[in-house]
Amino acid sequence: MKEKLDSILLNAKEEILKSNNEVEMNVVKSKFMGKSSEFTEIMKGIGSLSPEEKKSVGVLTNDFRNSFNSMFDERLKNIKQEVLNKKLESEKIDISLPSKSVKVGSLHPLTHIRYILEDLFVSMGYDVVTGPQVETDMNCFERLNIPKDHPARDMQDTFYITSEMLLRSQTSSVQVRAMLNNKEKTPIRMVCPGKVYRRDNDDATHSHQFMQMEGLVVDKNISLADLKGTLLEMARCLLGKNTNIRFRPSYFGFTEPSYEVDVSCFKCGGKGCALCKNIGWIEILGSGMVHPNVLRMCGYDPDVYTGFAFGVGLERLAMFKYGITDLRGFYTNDMRFLNNFNRKDVE
Amino acid sequence: MIFSKKFVSDYVELNEDIKEIAEDMTRVGNEYDDARKLVSALNLIIGEVIECEMHPKSDHLHVCKINVGSEVLDIVCGAPNMRKGLKVIVALPGAVLPGGIIKKSVIRDAVSNGMCCSLAELGLDKKFLSSEDIDGIHELPMDAPVGEDPIKYLELDDEIIDFELTSNRSDLLSMIGLAYEVAAIYDRDVKEPIPSYSTVKDNFDSEVVLNVDTQNCSLFLLGRALNVTIKESPAFIKNRLIACGIRPINNVVDISNYVMLETGQPLHFYDADKVNSNIGVRMASTQEKLKTLDGVDRELTSKDIVICNKEKVIGLAGVMGGFDTEINPDTKNILIEAAIFDSASIRKTAKRILRSEASSRFEKGLDQRRTYLAMERSKELLEKYADAKISEYTHEYKVKDVEDKLIDITLDKINSILGMNINVNDVTEVFRKLDFKCEVDGDSFRVTVPSRRLDVNIREDLITEVGRIYGVDNIEARNLVAMLKPGKIDRYVRNIKERLATLGLNEVITYSLINNKDKEKFNNNCREEISVLEPMTEERSTLRQSLVSSLMEVYDYNKARSIKDVSIFEVGEIFYKNEEEYVEEESLAILMSGKYVSGINTNIEVDFYYIKGILENLLDYLGYSKRYDFVKCDDIKEAHPYQSAKVIINGKCVGFIGKVHPSIYKDNVYVLEINLTELRNINVGKMKFKDFSKFPSIKKDMSFIFDLDVQASDVISEIRKSSNKNLANIEVYDEYKMENEKSLTFTLTFSDDTRTLLEEEVMEVFNKVIYRVTNKFNAKLKNM
Repeated sequence: MKEKLDSILLNAKEEILKSNNEVEMNVVKSKFMGKSSEFTEIMKGIGSLSPEEKKSVGVLTNDFRNSFNSMFDERLKNIKQEVLNKKLESEKIDISLPSKSVKVGSLHPLTHIRYILEDLFVSMGYDVVTGPQVETDMNCFERLNIPKDHPARDMQDTFYITSEMLLRSQTSSVQVRAMLNNKEKTPIRMVCPGKVYRRDNDDATHSHQFMQMEGLVVDKNISLADLKGTLLEMARCLLGKNTNIRFRPSYFGFTEPSYEVDVSCFKCGGKGCALCKNIGWIEILGSGMVHPNVLRMCGYDPDVYTGFAFGVGLERLAMFKYGITDLRGFYTNDMRFLNNFNRKDVE
Repeated sequence: MIFSKKFVSDYVELNEDIKEIAEDMTRVGNEYDDARKLVSALNLIIGEVIECEMHPKSDHLHVCKINVGSEVLDIVCGAPNMRKGLKVIVALPGAVLPGGIIKKSVIRDAVSNGMCCSLAELGLDKKFLSSEDIDGIHELPMDAPVGEDPIKYLELDDEIIDFELTSNRSDLLSMIGLAYEVAAIYDRDVKEPIPSYSTVKDNFDSEVVLNVDTQNCSLFLLGRALNVTIKESPAFIKNRLIACGIRPINNVVDISNYVMLETGQPLHFYDADKVNSNIGVRMASTQEKLKTLDGVDRELTSKDIVICNKEKVIGLAGVMGGFDTEINPDTKNILIEAAIFDSASIRKTAKRILRSEASSRFEKGLDQRRTYLAMERSKELLEKYADAKISEYTHEYKVKDVEDKLIDITLDKINSILGMNINVNDVTEVFRKLDFKCEVDGDSFRVTVPSRRLDVNIREDLITEVGRIYGVDNIEARNLVAMLKPGKIDRYVRNIKERLATLGLNEVITYSLINNKDKEKFNNNCREEISVLEPMTEERSTLRQSLVSSLMEVYDYNKARSIKDVSIFEVGEIFYKNEEEYVEEESLAILMSGKYVSGINTNIEVDFYYIKGILENLLDYLGYSKRYDFVKCDDIKEAHPYQSAKVIINGKCVGFIGKVHPSIYKDNVYVLEINLTELRNINVGKMKFKDFSKFPSIKKDMSFIFDLDVQASDVISEIRKSSNKNLANIEVYDEYKMENEKSLTFTLTFSDDTRTLLEEEVMEVFNKVIYRVTNKFNAKLKNM
């Protein structure tokens, strides 16, 4: 009996291995395990055997069934894998082809700069405020200690709307509003980004419309050291952690003392190069201690409060940070210009 | 303002290199444009022409032999005034002139070992030179030493710095003022000139009457110089004027300019014989006219300060003299005016007439002490260089005496503003260097500010001075110490911008000022516009009330460069006038055209539904989900009448959306504009969680054939009305247009939060919906 089953199993093995798909496998299965198979005949005959024979034949038939099933399942598994592999292969694509994508959008570079600065100053407890672009002469000049006929008005030839209304030539007008609006005359920490206008012809370094951000701090015991600390944070945030700054005395009317602020040239690190005209420093903004007349006109007692203010042109910062050489690019809005800014910058 | 090293060196010792002075001045707040030698040419030598023949092959060239001391050079020269015996300036081979480097050469077979130069060829501006010096080579005096450096010999070996001064430093518009500034930097003494001259007794005091009849003149001095000889100025005067950018004329005119440069006080000289015995200062009346010395007839206004005699106006005070009383080569006697006029008045007049060296000094303010000095100094120089006899008497009109300013300040105040920790000694040193008198009492200072420093008036100005001279490089950078509080920021606009950029749009920023004729574009119900006075160009004259036309300009710009896939947005202000109020509102505009999605076998062009989708995406993001409607509109002139709509939220129109009219663009260009100021006023509830139904939902499709005019939104609202609360969602699944009708297919989703719905109850609602829709819209149900 054992020889018989072994020989059937040998045949079965041969046919299982010859089968190449599930249909052939089913044929093999019914041939060797089906109703009319030799094995089924043997199983049918077990009933008429003696108990002892039953026992030994039972062991043999069990072994046979187990061996068959394991050979069968193994083969079936392989066949299924092959089928799947073929299917996968048929789905092969050229992953190097260009993607299908929605247009990639971008924020304007001036917006990038503005948001970097806003986030920095908010993190330092400054409020971000805005003010109107159509301003009064009072807020844009008079209350900033620049009376009519003051020579400092020369520097900022202004678009007037009437004799008393104008397009603001500096975001400093928002300083005045912030101080006047603070009825309790409590300390102020604010920045104000926004558009300003001057009667300049548009060229590579001038624009009749541009963006500024003004900063103002009014509190007790504010000094130039606080201003320097604040501006150093700002310069490093924008231009890198090795940046240094220096103050150069200047004059603005609404601050006293007043300083132009230079940053160490981020291209050459201060050694001197074409960008910094071999000076090692690049001017980026104007600043100073709020003039006592300004504090007084805005309702703060200059004997109690001091403050600092600064104003920075965002175009200039963007030009340095991103290496833009022509100011007009910001307002021409060539798609090829804008698409440079379609990503997140590294921190 | 030009700094002449030679000139300033008259008053203070200067050994420093010109660049070093420029940098040191920058450090104390005086920026410069350029620091250089007046004449940059090198390798020049004085030569004597010992032979001069005509070039055999030329009708204008000369072949010369020139002795330069160490050798005799063959030089070919084309100047018409070249002749034997001249002393000339020779540029040796290797000399660097503004026109290029001089090389040995052969000119029509004649060797030339250098070049004879005109002053123009050395780089002096032609406006300073006589016509002989422009056309021909410069003829040096016969005693010029052969072999020496001609620049030195001509005293043109000056160095200059072109400063861009801040408007408060009127004191630096003079060589003496500049001397005080560098003296403070280098801790040196300043020697001011002390004029001395002899005088003659005449009847100047009784012959001339001075009458000042305006508050806009605070000081007026009138002197007289007799029997002047008008001739060329000495070289040092001419050269210093040239260095400072002023053209030499004759000794008398040059002296008035020289003294102005030296002291900062502009002077005016009149031909005394053409002015009669009365000199008046008053405001002009509107009918008056004056022919100014440039020969132009000027109409005067009541805001002009004028100098007049008995009959008429003879000068525009501080701005320009009159033609009739001008100094000319025949002038014998002169009146010297040294005065101070009101800055603001001069400023207005000069702005209208001409900004000059003189007017710019009056505009910024003058020191009375300098007015007196300038009068004295001009008399001294007129005696010395124009052989003048000086009248003993000087007419004087003076409102008040010069007063030194006393300012008290404490060390603590200085340190608390500068954020430094300097001591009493440091501070007194600064004031000593500045030549400010300073009394110290413990930690307090009483500072006497000299009258020349018009800019120093209050404590803070003194702090500026301490900072400037002591230096602020060592201020420590301190982090602000203040009460801890979160910064306030409104991120509404930022959220919008970031969302739109994420949706594939490029942000643009354009100009607020537009052409007045574009003000009604996409803004048909134009409000009262705000325009600027005297616009620089028509293009930038009026503040916009809509951003769309600006975006169209951006589209045009890009399209002209073959960039057609343009999807852009801008958030900006719009401006108009409401009664007397100036209104500024915030607006969002979008323009889309060309491809929106692209890739292999996939190019999706923008159509109305894409831009609508962008807007809905944004409105949903901002929390207006299901609260907006698009209502057909056909009244925007620039928009396609059948592809545009008003955007309505809570019954309020917040903007429009549509296709640009084909008469404007043949391409498919879509735009929208939303008034963000209005939008923000519509409240949005806080973001909240609403649980979803745990029970299965049932989806049913229905398809109808409608008239072409039926709007999907109307059908949807009818479906909503005729169904019950179990209708969770409706989608328009498909639109298919036929000749006179269209089919719309809707997918309805039914669900209930508390139970599984039965097929029968859904069908009941479903059938009711079909009944109502077919009835209301006269529609036919399509078999699915």
